[in-house]
Amino acid sequence: MERLLRNRWALVLALALVLAALPLVFPSNYYFRVAALVNIFALAAIGLNLLMGYAGQVSLGHAGFMGIGAYAVAIGASRFGLNGAVAMLAGAAIAGLLAFLVGRPILRLKGHYLAVATLGLGLLISMTLTNEAGWTGGPDGMAVPRLELFGLRLRGPDTWYMISAGALVLGVILALNLIESPTGRAMRAIHDSEIAARVVGVDVAAYKLKIFVISAIYASIAGSLMAFLNGHITPDGTAGFLRSVELVTMVVLGGLGSVLGAIVGAAMLVILPQALTIFHEYEHLLLGLIIMASMILLPRGVIPSLLARLRGGGA
Amino acid sequence: MSALLETENLSIAFGGITAVDQVSLAVSPGQIHSVIGPNGAGKTTLFNLISGLYQPSGGRVNLAGEEVTGLPPEQLARRGLSRSFQNLQIFFRMSAVENVMVGCHRHERTGILSHLLALPNVRAENRNSREIAMAQLARVGLADLAEKEAGSLSYGALKRLEIARALATEPRILLLDEPAAGCNAVETEEIDRVIHDVAKAGIAILLVEHDMRLVMRISDEITVLERGRKLVSGKPDAVREDPRVIAAYLGTFGSEEANRA
Repeated sequence: MERLLRNRWALVLALALVLAALPLVFPSNYYFRVAALVNIFALAAIGLNLLMGYAGQVSLGHAGFMGIGAYAVAIGASRFGLNGAVAMLAGAAIAGLLAFLVGRPILRLKGHYLAVATLGLGLLISMTLTNEAGWTGGPDGMAVPRLELFGLRLRGPDTWYMISAGALVLGVILALNLIESPTGRAMRAIHDSEIAARVVGVDVAAYKLKIFVISAIYASIAGSLMAFLNGHITPDGTAGFLRSVELVTMVVLGGLGSVLGAIVGAAMLVILPQALTIFHEYEHLLLGLIIMASMILLPRGVIPSLLARLRGGGA
Repeated sequence: MSALLETENLSIAFGGITAVDQVSLAVSPGQIHSVIGPNGAGKTTLFNLISGLYQPSGGRVNLAGEEVTGLPPEQLARRGLSRSFQNLQIFFRMSAVENVMVGCHRHERTGILSHLLALPNVRAENRNSREIAMAQLARVGLADLAEKEAGSLSYGALKRLEIARALATEPRILLLDEPAAGCNAVETEEIDRVIHDVAKAGIAILLVEHDMRLVMRISDEITVLERGRKLVSGKPDAVREDPRVIAAYLGTFGSEEANRA
């Protein structure tokens, strides 16, 4: 237990140090931008990993919640004159509420059926954002007013890198806390045997719903941060089906049931496409090959597979 | 002593086949009541009815004087009924002690917001649940394996881990579905000791078991099922010598096992 606790805080500390040190070696704003995107997607992937990797429930529509977070800050600030930070919290509340309402009926489904139902939810959100052009600007998207906090206009990738890094560290701490709590044990138990969890008194339906809501809020906050970083949002770029698939890929690639894995998965899927642009038309081919190779060589995801190897080698 | 758990004419039918047919039985605190019968007699189905996994098509279940027919398992757990499974239902990716800590769930009171923030009361609760879980692991002889991942434990150890997890809920009645199946002689001995120990603590035990020697040695009362119906019920000695039981259950090859028992 003590070793575990030490590891847990060692992970947070190491992450915070790396995130604080990176700006020292970033040569340009472009790097800040890419790194901020890594932080943002890592945050969403951590939330999704709580649902998929720990509680064992799939969601193929999680980008929908990112879309809600993104459009909440855009619409909240431009149409209702809300402060961006308030709009972000409102977005998180809306995403959480929607997850609560929709989660109740659809989380009764299992496996492929749940996958298709969540896929439908994601499509529904993205279609709504596309069709309600009066509010959202339609498929072309809309501009996101700059966030003002304490009289400061927050702009520039370096600023948003620092803010997203802070959000990521906070997200990691909350996730790690949750995993080692009674709720965390209940959700991990549900993953392995719902029946066994029920006969010792775990209300399986209620816990699935709680985790679904929490993961939706993670995605929504990530979506809001992405909107602030980019300054312009579109339905496809925030809530699209491909975004949802990307999130799932990050979680599986980095490692189901590993907080660090979600960060590594997000880093891979954000950085690789950027790095591979030097190969021009072979870019997508290479990305696909790398993902396949990673899954073949590290079948349980990067972090869990490497940890298992370290343990195997050390013992 | 008044019964803690009673079933009255409990029945369930699957597509025209009555798997459990009007079964009535009663278990008192501290009593070990075994349900035996040939394969397919409906023992596990009866357990699934009592523990809320199946909805009965007839009859009722009373727990501590209140009707609990058809309540879901998580609510029964809160009322003091827990069980183990014939085919293991283990949280394989969690450590042994964490498996048992899930059993403490119904006594944990902190909310999800405090869990996210790891408030001091959550840390105290974690410590408390861990202590209880360690005590239950010690009770079934698994204290040494507490930090091992459950997936790496032996079959016999996992059987006892299920019992420890169920005990952590602090049940008033425990349903054990073939706790000794697949266990070697030493492990069966250990499970025998655990069951005795649990009954002595005043917990009612309803047991399904194929190991006749264990059943005859341990039971206060035995109910014999055949094709979903109650055939006989009574003390081990009476049941062992009942000609209907010998004919139906022990039958051809079972009779020699009965003699050995």
